[in-house]
Amino acid sequence: MSNVITDALCPFCGCMCDDITVVVENNKIIEAKHACKIGAAKIMGHHRIKAPMMRKDKNADFKEVSYDEAINEAARMLANSKRPLMYGWASVLCEVHKKGILLAEELGAIIDNTATVCHGPSTLAVHEKGLPTSTLGQIKNRADVVVFWGSNPVHAHPRHMGRYSVFAKGFFSEKGRRGRKIIVVDVRKTETAGMADEYIQVQQGSDYLVISALRAILAGQAAVVPDTVGGVPKEQLVKLVDTLKAARFGAIFFGMGLTQSMSRYKNIDNAISLTTELNSFGKHVIMPMRGHYNVTGFGQVCAWETGYATAVDFARGAPYYNPGETAANDVLTRKETDAAMIIAGDAGAHFPANSVRHLAKIPVVQIDPYWNPTTEVANVVIPVAICGVEVEGTAYRMDGVSLRYRKMIEPTHPTDLEILEKITKRVIEIRGE
Amino acid sequence: MELLIKNGAVFDPANGIAGDKTDISIKDGKIVDKVSSGAIVIDAGGRLVMPGGVDAHSHIAGAKVNVGRIMRPEDTRAGIKPRTKITRPYTGYTVPNVYAMGYRYAQMGYTTVFEAAQAIMKARHTHEELEEIPIIDKGALTLFGSNWPTMDYVREKNMDKLAAYVAWGLLASRGFGIKVVNPGGGEMWGFGKNVTGLDDVVPNFEVTPRDIIVSLMKVNEMLGLPHSVHLHCNNLGKPGNYKTTLASMELAKQVKPSKDRQVLHVTHVTFNCWGGTNWGDFESKADEIANYLNNSENVTTDMGQLIFGSATTMTADGPVQYANAKLLHAKWANGDVELEDASGVVPIFYVKQVSIHAIMWAMGLELALLTKDPYKVLLTTDHPNGGPFVNYPEVIALLMSNKKRQEEIKTLHEAVHKRTKIPGIERELGFNDIAIMTRAGSAKVLGLLDTKGHLGVGADADVSIYDIKPDQTDPSAEHAKIKSAFQSAAYTIKGGNVVVKDGQITATPMGRTFWVDASVPDEQKEIMMKDIRMKFKNYYSINLANYMVQDAYLTHPYVVRAGVIPVEVS
Repeated sequence: MSNVITDALCPFCGCMCDDITVVVENNKIIEAKHACKIGAAKIMGHHRIKAPMMRKDKNADFKEVSYDEAINEAARMLANSKRPLMYGWASVLCEVHKKGILLAEELGAIIDNTATVCHGPSTLAVHEKGLPTSTLGQIKNRADVVVFWGSNPVHAHPRHMGRYSVFAKGFFSEKGRRGRKIIVVDVRKTETAGMADEYIQVQQGSDYLVISALRAILAGQAAVVPDTVGGVPKEQLVKLVDTLKAARFGAIFFGMGLTQSMSRYKNIDNAISLTTELNSFGKHVIMPMRGHYNVTGFGQVCAWETGYATAVDFARGAPYYNPGETAANDVLTRKETDAAMIIAGDAGAHFPANSVRHLAKIPVVQIDPYWNPTTEVANVVIPVAICGVEVEGTAYRMDGVSLRYRKMIEPTHPTDLEILEKITKRVIEIRGE
Repeated sequence: MELLIKNGAVFDPANGIAGDKTDISIKDGKIVDKVSSGAIVIDAGGRLVMPGGVDAHSHIAGAKVNVGRIMRPEDTRAGIKPRTKITRPYTGYTVPNVYAMGYRYAQMGYTTVFEAAQAIMKARHTHEELEEIPIIDKGALTLFGSNWPTMDYVREKNMDKLAAYVAWGLLASRGFGIKVVNPGGGEMWGFGKNVTGLDDVVPNFEVTPRDIIVSLMKVNEMLGLPHSVHLHCNNLGKPGNYKTTLASMELAKQVKPSKDRQVLHVTHVTFNCWGGTNWGDFESKADEIANYLNNSENVTTDMGQLIFGSATTMTADGPVQYANAKLLHAKWANGDVELEDASGVVPIFYVKQVSIHAIMWAMGLELALLTKDPYKVLLTTDHPNGGPFVNYPEVIALLMSNKKRQEEIKTLHEAVHKRTKIPGIERELGFNDIAIMTRAGSAKVLGLLDTKGHLGVGADADVSIYDIKPDQTDPSAEHAKIKSAFQSAAYTIKGGNVVVKDGQITATPMGRTFWVDASVPDEQKEIMMKDIRMKFKNYYSINLANYMVQDAYLTHPYVVRAGVIPVEVS
């Protein structure tokens, strides 16, 4: 029997498209209409880890075990740890984040999320400068100039342009694409750049210089700007400033090209200042292109529960935050962490080699529906249901709008929530013994 | 469970009790006539007993509060306390984490607090945080003042559709009442502009702030909502804005209340009783506002008292926040919401020797002391705009002691002498006045006086006991004692549970979330929904099916019924 679910949400990227129609037959998703290719692949699912697995020696093969055994061993490893790290949290729902933070409190652990290798620098910039932004619909209805800086939505956020930023038509933007000027600033001529009205090629690592030049021109100090800045001719920069100044509503979307290249958070700090200054002319907003669908949600939950958005150290019993000291890679590269739980994030694939080398030496628990490079360094692997497909709950879109994911099919595995609750209970028992 | 509070000096203004030795009986979370001999007895020993505190305007949960936390780790560091067996960790001063929010209110003897603004589209976030604030009962007011459907229906003069939209918007956001912030200005801020007065026309929508305020007041009374329209006036943050405030208050005369309460609540008057024409001749006109209140019947206000030190300004008034950020060279967060409203967050530090800040400090106090009826001025700091709510005891002490005020004035910029009336005001409020401004008055303004803000039979068993013996204390001279007693309740009882003893949290039951389910005739709703469906099809960035706050976000709901058709009260 087939069942059709409308207005379903896609658990892939920070766009959180909420117009998906899912066709289910015999508890199997056979179609995900309206979703992009990556989103559809996420919703349809692929090779799952079947059962919990354990091994003592990381060079040995895994042995399948029961959930109780795996949970018990995970709890033992964490409870015996003096400096546990709990990392990941990008592809799970906010309800899971809450349980995770409670466990981190219980353990005196460090809890950090995937933003640390993604938009973490954006958060540091927000500490410095705030964030003039808006919901995506505001951009859809009003924007006449849109800049993608170090971000490539054609590949990373496939429906962003259609739903929100480029082709979308709205109240003051009936013409859609024709009424908008699209500018791409990037080191490479990406496919997004290919669709833009203007492409500005920046030399690798020169974004900070280019933004500073734009601010100087905007401030009427064009005379101090050299003929080329970061590989960009001055005329092109002057023209860009003129375009931005003439905008009725401008939006800057930035990605890893800005957060993870040279100058990191200072790039964002500078870009936010540029946006703020542009508000003396027209309306301007800026927004990080968040990757995983609920990476924003972890920052939100962590902020209202602990006061800090990420990289929180509970070793003192109270939240302590000092990225550079308390972020996941800080404690891994210092070889401080003596046990790690990696959940809904893939440190094995995305962390620097030195961090992964340390992970390979310490006890690691992985909680994830899928086999990935982190599995290769894990001792205990606990497969779970897929949030947003098999589990309902809350996530935050890249613009901070929260939406509730629907359950599309019945889970075949326990949920993250159940696993975390059991580990927490067992940790309390072990610590009490 | 039964509780008996004996030998308290009870201040329960709604029931005409002012310091009498009265016993209070509690059973199953309610105040009752009497309890059995098996009741647990709390001997108040002649100490001050009041209903649990009620705060009608505070920013405790939701998108802008969390933006404040994320942009201000320096603030989070200011209030840290590790977890205990009973409590989760506390963090923050102006933007506390959800736990500190509940614990600190309870420790001051407060048991009910209303979040002052949520956009419908971001209401889910508000409720996610409200659900995690321990102990206190809470609710949230919903923004309607710049919403496109509101402005469409105001332009069309279609009050039936507007009523249906408001009722639906309250359901969609699980909101408690109508909040209006800089009406029309939120829409104009979408293109970086603002309205400058009640009669400016909002482009594309062809309505004025005046039309919006009056229409929403009418609809509020058509629906018989418990609370009135709750207004953050136009021109807030601009010298000379007291005229706009007075003109807005005047609009209340056009509408008759459907209930025994005001038809308009003008909030945080400290920010909109400004005289002068620029920062140079800036002066207080709080006396003019007080004078208006003394000669009118259907408007109430709250202080929005300024507290020296760190604050975080946060409001749906987007343009004022951009102006603040520019003026202060401070970090600036902006958070406009499509089709609904604007918002902004900017940190500030209020300094005694800055003339503007000294004058603003005087404004809230002048308003409270020059207005004769304490039911017309609630005690707030517009947390965390004027300062964090933990400073209410400081405000109480200032209101009760001219001596304290005079001592404070000596430390302030001299402008406080020339441009405010505060140095010459000798009035000192009594415990009964304070009980009104923090309990009975707030409950009445919210329309919750049946169960909140008093200690009569049938009220919620929310009680606070403070370590002051009113008959042996001179608040004027012993203001330090007053402040310290109100900072740390001897007992806070919430719904019949002792949640605070000697200032320490003893239990953390979950409070309820109040929202208003206002009914309109089905056909009226259906006509309105046609427009809403069009708005979603063409303009919103999410689907209608994903818009409304689901039941899952209200695990402890308390539904107040209202509506244009008579309904049974649950």
